[in-house]
Amino acid sequence: MVQGIDSMAKTTATRGRELDRAGLSDEQLVAMLRNMLLQRQLDNRGFQLNRQGKIPFALGSEGHEAVQSGAAMAFKRGADALVPYYRDLGLALGVGMTPFEILSSLFARVTDRSMGRQFPNHYTNHDLGVLSISSIIAAHCTHAVGVAAAFKYRGESGRAVICSNGEGATSQGEWHESVNYAAVHGLPIVFLVQNNEWAISTPQDMQMKVANVADKAPGYGLPGVVTDGFSPIATYKTMSEALERARTGGGPTIVEAKCYRFLSHSTDDDDRTYRSREVIEERRKLDPVPRFEQVLIEAGVIDEARAKQLKQEVLRETNEATDSAEAQPYPAPETLYTNVVAGDHRPWQEFES
Amino acid sequence: MTATAQQQTGTTVMTNVEAVRTTLHDALVRDDRVLIMGEDVGARGNVFLITKGFLEEFGAERIIDTPLAEASIVGVAIGMAMEGLRPIAEIQFADFIYPAFNQIVGEAAKTRYRSNGDYTCPLVIRTPYGGGVRGALSHSVSIEALFYHVPGLTIVAPSTPADIKGLLNAAIECPDPVLFLEHKKTYRSVKGEVPAGYYTIPIGKADVKKAGTDATVVSYGYNLHQALDAANRLESEGISVEVVDLRSIRPMDKTTILESVRKTRKLLIIHEDNKFGGIGAEISAMVAEEALFDLDAPVRRLAGPDVPAMGYAAPLEDEFMTSTDEMVEAMRELAKF
Ligand SMILES: Cc1ncc(C[n+]2csc(CCOP(=O)(O)OP(=O)(O)O)c2C)c(N)n1
Ligand SMILES: [Mg+2]
Repeated sequence: MVQGIDSMAKTTATRGRELDRAGLSDEQLVAMLRNMLLQRQLDNRGFQLNRQGKIPFALGSEGHEAVQSGAAMAFKRGADALVPYYRDLGLALGVGMTPFEILSSLFARVTDRSMGRQFPNHYTNHDLGVLSISSIIAAHCTHAVGVAAAFKYRGESGRAVICSNGEGATSQGEWHESVNYAAVHGLPIVFLVQNNEWAISTPQDMQMKVANVADKAPGYGLPGVVTDGFSPIATYKTMSEALERARTGGGPTIVEAKCYRFLSHSTDDDDRTYRSREVIEERRKLDPVPRFEQVLIEAGVIDEARAKQLKQEVLRETNEATDSAEAQPYPAPETLYTNVVAGDHRPWQEFES
Repeated sequence: MTATAQQQTGTTVMTNVEAVRTTLHDALVRDDRVLIMGEDVGARGNVFLITKGFLEEFGAERIIDTPLAEASIVGVAIGMAMEGLRPIAEIQFADFIYPAFNQIVGEAAKTRYRSNGDYTCPLVIRTPYGGGVRGALSHSVSIEALFYHVPGLTIVAPSTPADIKGLLNAAIECPDPVLFLEHKKTYRSVKGEVPAGYYTIPIGKADVKKAGTDATVVSYGYNLHQALDAANRLESEGISVEVVDLRSIRPMDKTTILESVRKTRKLLIIHEDNKFGGIGAEISAMVAEEALFDLDAPVRRLAGPDVPAMGYAAPLEDEFMTSTDEMVEAMRELAKF
């Protein structure tokens, strides 16, 4: 009953040269591929560093590259806000965060925006409109709605929010409350649900009775769209339509991007205990990264040499970011005590008497 | 009415509930980043009529009737605050704050910290708390001890109209999240002079509401007013009790408490919230650490009993609440110790 990426891919697989580019220029298409390659490279780097004992934790996003590069391409820099979740490496990169920021966070160095406080993958960048998040599943969705409410309140049309999470998160009360609130108040927000079929070890059909997260949308009086999360172009198209509707006063949309989690949940998880290798191998055949590379080659947007060059570039970028982040110092222990509240934080106040 | 047209001098006598109302009103006039959001704050004007007429005056964009869901009332307000607005979120009764616990403790209180100041959360959460109004199990609770453990959160509980105005203004100015507690039994039963014009009272500063020499009482909320009555009754017996109104629960005022205790050498803490793990425990520990040898008697606490809630039946509520007579008795014993 549950529809995964395999059935999606059968219907929306790009057919050779008939590339539906959804209005994207060659440059944009290459930028999307580059973002996907960089994401894959940085993902691998995290796992490598973890195996080398250099970082305590890493969490991969393999299988999410296409949806995230497509969604990031639909994001309007300097106007829109992104309220991401921990698997959004590609979205974070795609809206302007740098490999150095990512590596600084993995290494927990002072150059990380949170100065080594946050767990890896908990992006924040106020300048880019990337909201700080906690690890509490779906808590951030309410904040995304608040940002959208602020845009609307200030009459800032032309701005919208991407609120991102997995399909498991849609079981949370706060996801429901967020969608309902945004629907009632007609807010400029897109709820992007990256359905990778798993929430750690819990499959989709143990989370919900409906086949698609998007099927929940009518219950909120909202449009719900299922998109091929293995195709950056399909996701771009769906997301840009939904974001444009939001920016022009048309209210929220639930966008469900079908994708797949190729790796274990994180370095602390072993998915061999709960899912079959065969299914993963089946899904791997649809791996969106080599697939999109092939699509662009077949469509004549890039050639093999350019593809190779892109891969070398992102490897070099990743190596450089790794070296320079690793060379940074750890935050000083005294920084533990700062930024609790504005100014000096003392639970017991003393006054001149 | 604009801020400049406001009368800048003199005082007006008003109740606690009127103080909340006029302070909110003036904040809305003063700063268009201020919004009020919660259940039934619009057309109904809040269940205690605190925001009555605001919808007509400020519009539905600023006086927001939210869906009936506390986690998102606070969560959406957090997002607004992170995006630069100054939302004032209302939880209709403190008893209904539990669904928002995660948003307050896990999110609001940690926003500045986890982003190392990249994002902040200038948010006020107002809520009526406390018993004595026959509110039974789920309309009488005190919640301060559940939250005062949490760094990053500021908690104030003023008990007089003048303090409400000054501390609510300070809470709205505060660049971090503030839990603003209003004892509902004092809403209409407590009246007082309120200075005109805009002013703030520093968060974290207690106030000596009655000077005395024989014992110190630290309290807040409805209990504060009972403690003042009790202390006044004891004057005729020649017993002089100093009453310190805590006003702020996090942070708390060490200086005022220690100065008073060092003077009277005796301390009684009174609060309605449960005794075990309550505010009084932290004050007792602080005084033991800082001033044990200045004490002439063991620290005493009068507080809510260790039961989940006060009952609906009058005898059950009365049994839970500390009576003024009990306070008189405790103060007398302590003074004579
Ligand atoms: C409130 C809460 N409960 C449990 C967890 C532990 N947890 C972290 S990720 C996760 C699964 C989330 O699955 P999904 O939303 O589908 O996103 P995915 O990881 O698949 O991208 C769980 C249970 C958590 N972080 N927060
Ligand atoms: Mg999932």
